Amino acid sequence: MLKGMTRLVSRVHKMQKLRIRKLDPGRFLHSGTQAPQCLVAHLDNQVPTESPRAISRTLENDPAKHGEQHVGQHYNISIQELKTVFPHGLPPRFVMQVKTFNEACLMVRKPALELLHYLKNTNFAHPAVRYVLYGEKGTGKTLSLCHIIHFCAKQDWLILHIPDAHLWVKNCRDLLQSTYNKQRFDQPLEASVWLKNFKTANERFLSQIKVQDKYVWNKRESTEKGSPLAEVVEQGIMRVRNATDAVGIVLKELKRQSSLGIFRLLVAVDGVNALWGRTTLKREDKSLIAPEELALIYNLRKMVKNDWQGGAIVLTVSQTGSLFKPRKAYLPQELLGKEGFDTLDPFIPILVSNYNPKEFEACIQYYLENSWLQHEKAHTEEGKKELLFLSNRNPGLLERLCAYL
Amino acid sequence: MRSTCQILRLKHSPAVTTKKNVAALRRESYTVDFIKKQIEEFNIGKRHLANMMGEDPETFTQEDIDRAITYLFPSGLFEKRARPIMKHPEEIFPKQRAIQWGEDGRPFHFLFYTGKQSYYSLMHEAYGKVLHVEERQDQLRAKGLFSEKPKTKDPIGSRWLIKEELEEMLVEKLSDQDYAQFIRLLERLSALPCDAAEEEFVGRFRRTVTVQSKKHLIEPLQYDEQGMAFSTGRGKRKTANAEAVVHGHGSGKIEINGVDYLLYFPVTQDREQLMFPFHFLDRLGKHDVTCTVSGGGRSSQAGAIRLAVARALCSFITEDEVEWMRQAGLLTTDPRVRERKKPGQEGARRKFTWKKR
Repeated sequence: MLKGMTRLVSRVHKMQKLRIRKLDPGRFLHSGTQAPQCLVAHLDNQVPTESPRAISRTLENDPAKHGEQHVGQHYNISIQELKTVFPHGLPPRFVMQVKTFNEACLMVRKPALELLHYLKNTNFAHPAVRYVLYGEKGTGKTLSLCHIIHFCAKQDWLILHIPDAHLWVKNCRDLLQSTYNKQRFDQPLEASVWLKNFKTANERFLSQIKVQDKYVWNKRESTEKGSPLAEVVEQGIMRVRNATDAVGIVLKELKRQSSLGIFRLLVAVDGVNALWGRTTLKREDKSLIAPEELALIYNLRKMVKNDWQGGAIVLTVSQTGSLFKPRKAYLPQELLGKEGFDTLDPFIPILVSNYNPKEFEACIQYYLENSWLQHEKAHTEEGKKELLFLSNRNPGLLERLCAYL
Repeated sequence: MRSTCQILRLKHSPAVTTKKNVAALRRESYTVDFIKKQIEEFNIGKRHLANMMGEDPETFTQEDIDRAITYLFPSGLFEKRARPIMKHPEEIFPKQRAIQWGEDGRPFHFLFYTGKQSYYSLMHEAYGKVLHVEERQDQLRAKGLFSEKPKTKDPIGSRWLIKEELEEMLVEKLSDQDYAQFIRLLERLSALPCDAAEEEFVGRFRRTVTVQSKKHLIEPLQYDEQGMAFSTGRGKRKTANAEAVVHGHGSGKIEINGVDYLLYFPVTQDREQLMFPFHFLDRLGKHDVTCTVSGGGRSSQAGAIRLAVARALCSFITEDEVEWMRQAGLLTTDPRVRERKKPGQEGARRKFTWKKR
């Protein structure tokens, strides 16, 4: 039907997503000479000739200093920081993109800036405030969450990041009856994986924080009162059977001690609607398990309640991993259900929406700079208009579309 | 006697099942009496039909007959020629040649022994007319009253008969060269200044040609309360019906049944279909669309909306662009519908598994 029409988006379905490219040395030189130009542009507070670089990138790599003028611009996170701060936080597609481009660049967007503003002005004497990021599928909730986490890590907070709560309520191979409480169930694998990542993210705190109770693991092993938290974590990683209990202990201790003011705690949960939804896990007699009966979920629910001070709780509700929720649901009310909404009430909702034209332009520029868009029409105006129409400025969709080009 | 032989022949032919059955069937020759009887029956039937429909038998035309038959015998067959028809026997039975020779064996026509008597007689007649016109021209020139009147060429609305039509008219087989010769002669005749009789003779061999595009009415733009221009269009595809309202001066937003098109069509292919009319006219971010669609599946709904949007956009653009859209196929309803499942087969085309024994 479409004879003789050269169009931008073709129907190539099986494209290789991972293209390992080496950065050519010319780029480094280019970035070096660009630096003074960018700074000058900032200082003068005017952008006479808007070079594409100035639109899509900024040299301000500290999230604390991001402001209104940086909206739409990408800032760089170094690879070492990535490994320490985000051992498990980033969405898989983003990880692939980082590997391809050999650099991690996040875009500064308004919802994240709003949250940063609130976080900077939190009063740590008050109970922790809950913020809920919500929005349609693919609008950038998880990456905004990562932006916040990066900021908090830079500010030396203790990050308690659960990358995707949905992973804990589905596809679990082994469920053990909990040693602590006969009613509940353990998930050793998920718990141990999470503990490992938690350790990488917060090494420096683990030795400082002291446990305030004695915990007996089994006949031979126990943790004395006053020993550092690192021991508990080690125990959880070594003895996989006790991993879930270790997680529970960590959460309890952190909650107790953050009110004391030694450190500031950030609880970041992605897909928090999993805590109050349904599970797909079954017992041996094929009866369904409610989320409360999973020890991890139970402890996490306690964490998310705002009865502690000295930190903040940032949550995301997402439909993508959720179970038994309609595709078009994106409001917190729909996704959390009545129980979840009542538990989380009051919270501050923050809507994450599609790109505005400036951000869209910046995103395209970023892809063009990294030579990700190979189609010859990609940098023309018509090409951009086509991409705009097809993705309707949705970041996730745009990324998937550009993967084909 | 002839009729009984005919009936006997009819009865026998199915019994003779040879391999080349189809080729062996000779053309049924209908006698003149048979045709006359058929015509009488047709007329009586026409009167009966008029009475049935409650109309006046005297003024019952062929269109009325067609309408009555489609009403009384509704048919869902796709092939129009397979539907029930009631037409004059002359149109149904192929034209047959009457016996060309008398009882003594002498042919009636003087050109019988050429083999193609009607063709050659026609050529003879046409050439006679050509000579007649040239003679008249010479006479006028001799008298000095000759004036070179430029001949107004026929308007583009007519064409010469094609070979099949000529064969049908003459009830004779022709060859391509014969046909070409005849057309050349007619053109030569029409190039000369003719009077009414010759024009009428030439006119018998011309057919009108409908103008290539039945231009569907391009509706003018309507204006709503704020003064913004908008226009509506409808589209259909397979079982989906769509109605679209396209506003000028928009920002490229499309809303379907109250939902954004990104949510309604998660598949990129459907959104590409929606993009096609705008991309074709280079008006990607300039219009707002609100539409409703029902029926069909995801792909047919996308096609229906595309057609509706293209039709609505016709009001905003120039005639040339409408023509380009029509040639690109944006304004044509896709005639493909689901084919019916036939008995004895598993699907519309798929047969049951063939077992050798």
